[in-house]
Amino acid sequence: MSKLIKLKKGFDIKLAGKAEKQLEDFQSAKTFAIKPTDFIGLQRPKVTVAEGDTVKAGTPILFDKALEQVQYVAPVSGEIVEIKRGEKRKLLEIKILADKEISYENFEKYAESSIKSLSKEDAITQMTKGGVWPQLIQRPFGIVANPEDSPKAIFISGFDSHPLAPDYAVTLKGEEKYFQAGIDVLKKLTEGTIHLNLNADAEVPGVFANVQNAQINRFSGPHPAGNVGIQIHHIDPINKGEVAWTINPYGVVQIGKLFLEGLYDASKVISITGSRAKKAVYTKTFIGACVDTLVNGNLKEDEKSDVAPETRVISGNVLTGEKINHDGYLGYYHNQLTLIPEGEYHEFLGWMKPTTDKLSFHRALGLLSFLKPNKEYVLDSNVRGEERAFVQTGVFESVTPMDILPVYLLKAIMAEDFDEMEELGIYEIVEEDLALCEFVDVSKHPVQEIVRKGIDLIQYS
Amino acid sequence: MKFLRDLLDKQKPLFQKGGKLENLYYAFEAGETFLFTPKHTNAIKGAQVKDAIDLKRMMITVVIAMIPCLLFGIYNTGHQHFLATGQTAGLWEDFGPKALLGLQLVLPIVIVAYAAGGAVEAAFAVIRKHPINEGFLVTGMLIPLVVPATLPLWQVALATVFAVIIAKEVFGGTGMNILNVAMTARAFLYFAYPAQISGDQVWTYLGDKAPVDGFSGATALAVAYNAGVEGETVNSALATHNSAIGAGLFDFANLFIGWIPGSIGETSTLMALIGAVILVATGVASWKIIVSGFAGAYLMGLIMNIFAVNEYMAMGPEYHIVMGGLAFGVVFMATDPVSAAQTEIGKWIYGLLIGVLTVIIRVTNPAYPEGIMLAVLFMNVFAPLIDYYVVKANKKRRLQRATV
Repeated sequence: MSKLIKLKKGFDIKLAGKAEKQLEDFQSAKTFAIKPTDFIGLQRPKVTVAEGDTVKAGTPILFDKALEQVQYVAPVSGEIVEIKRGEKRKLLEIKILADKEISYENFEKYAESSIKSLSKEDAITQMTKGGVWPQLIQRPFGIVANPEDSPKAIFISGFDSHPLAPDYAVTLKGEEKYFQAGIDVLKKLTEGTIHLNLNADAEVPGVFANVQNAQINRFSGPHPAGNVGIQIHHIDPINKGEVAWTINPYGVVQIGKLFLEGLYDASKVISITGSRAKKAVYTKTFIGACVDTLVNGNLKEDEKSDVAPETRVISGNVLTGEKINHDGYLGYYHNQLTLIPEGEYHEFLGWMKPTTDKLSFHRALGLLSFLKPNKEYVLDSNVRGEERAFVQTGVFESVTPMDILPVYLLKAIMAEDFDEMEELGIYEIVEEDLALCEFVDVSKHPVQEIVRKGIDLIQYS
Repeated sequence: MKFLRDLLDKQKPLFQKGGKLENLYYAFEAGETFLFTPKHTNAIKGAQVKDAIDLKRMMITVVIAMIPCLLFGIYNTGHQHFLATGQTAGLWEDFGPKALLGLQLVLPIVIVAYAAGGAVEAAFAVIRKHPINEGFLVTGMLIPLVVPATLPLWQVALATVFAVIIAKEVFGGTGMNILNVAMTARAFLYFAYPAQISGDQVWTYLGDKAPVDGFSGATALAVAYNAGVEGETVNSALATHNSAIGAGLFDFANLFIGWIPGSIGETSTLMALIGAVILVATGVASWKIIVSGFAGAYLMGLIMNIFAVNEYMAMGPEYHIVMGGLAFGVVFMATDPVSAAQTEIGKWIYGLLIGVLTVIIRVTNPAYPEGIMLAVLFMNVFAPLIDYYVVKANKKRRLQRATV
């Protein structure tokens, strides 16, 4: 049953600033925030706490009026200090000033053996109340799963192939018991298979070594081989009308802890990466942590150029992440912080100068990075050109290991042609699956934004 | 460069919204982004780093790939003049004067093409309020290379203006066009002013000098076609042609290297192949189109051999590759990513049919000795149809998967 799938298409963006495989302690964050904008598909957020309230880790603070069972809970205990709204009162952040010692809400506690006899309803109730449900993502659309659906399968990508992505062998070290319990709980939610997809090109992390109740598949090849959407396409693709769920291994561990320990544990190990990081290491923090203690004092000072570059702080990786302030908050699903230079500068004849220090998938005039395939590049946030109409062809296909024609799909979305979008496979992708297209695009289209626009069109029409 | 940057920054407010020259913003922007890459940074969400490539760099790569053809064309223009007027026989004799004459003839054409097309581009950018299209970097060089050096400059300008407007700007600019712009310019000339771009008299510049006795300015394709009509074997017709200015003008090696009369940049198969190597190595052009284009011409040549009813049809297929503009057209025109097929399977079919059609037009059509121009334009029109079926197959696979 297990599959070995070898992918050739794709591209590994090799960046400088890989995290050393060691845990380092930083001063712990004082404030934490849950950002409703992190949850795609959260349509009508309703806050259930007020400024000044005290919460425990696991106290519900938010739910979606369109999906009322699912509670979004506080990651740490403390006081709600701010409910930040933007234009049109759009809910942006719920900020918590954390206690020194975390106190937890109590949920039902199960023994490892009793999970086997758990009913589906009890499992769903505990998960939706206990704050771990938003870890389950529905395909198509990449939105928070609906507890009333029964997915045809659940897919877990056991490796992250994004640039500088953290190694699960480090971030999930010692969590074997919880991971297995999480899998056992998930087993209740689907009549189909639970697929755990591992990297065929690397050693299997200890946390996945003896997993039961799941089908192990192996994937080999460059990024995006680790993207769960690509994996689904090769194992059991999603057709119109079908629903599958995905979850990342951290979410599985969180579920396991909720059932075995009876508490919502939002602590996670993340990696601090990127060329601007003085100490590129792993550290333990919590979901929604303020990153100021990880960024300030952790930026490199020595710079050759006369003006020290601004640093762009990215929650997540450089392909799919989000730029946040130096005192911004870690995204709910993110397990990585990337620090790169900002690229706000002009460059004289930059479009024709030969260069070996700018990475390119292409080999056009003067783009010499292909000569040094193993160099780790320092890339900044400059767009490197201007947006144009689609001209070059065949490039997107060569970084998209799916039987999908990305340019045709994107054009269908731009034209808002619903039938064409469906026929060309919009149900099989989310933003991250075409993120590499955005990187390699000669014409600099906002590919991921277009993809989400298309999904929204299909989903809400 | 600081000085230049400061100068631009100082002038910029004039062209920005509310400035006096607001309407000329895109003309200013074109100049500014030519000198300096913009300082835009990536959006808050999405890819935070971008590949170093942009459209300007891609287009300049194509221009670089054409330079061997251009340089060869310049010298060959002078060389053909000296041959035809009997001044020298040796290839490298009178190198300086030949190169100089070639420059005198070719450079104005290049300048006029760039100026005329550039003016149209700028005008459209200003009126339509969109950035100037880099595609013209390539078109402006392609047009001079596919016309004879004797072409009047006003015709160069007119054809360029026509092609840029009708073949490109009316569709919305680079990336939206259906036809290859440079081929449209040539087709325009071919049908509007046939006297200056067809026949036997236009390929060699004579100036005020008289040609040597027995000189004929016919191209190899015309010689081959006439051989077919008259029942002489093509090889002997090519061998004896123009013996007045030295034997071996049309032997295979010379056809391949390109010291023959023809349009400025297309005579040399060798130079086109050097261009092809550049384009394929840099990944800018599709090797599939180039390979299948040559293969199509060769295969069709072989098929012609099998059904040969005249001497032209019996000609060795390798001659089709080296004669006329096939190599140049396949390498530089057919591979234009916008007007070519855009799916990978489509590219094989598209290229193959260009080769096939070229040979069919050459051999069977009495009016057009060269077929590559029409073959490329014809397949430009058909490329969306090819793609349509390739895309449909993709949709069908998805649909079948769902119903299994």
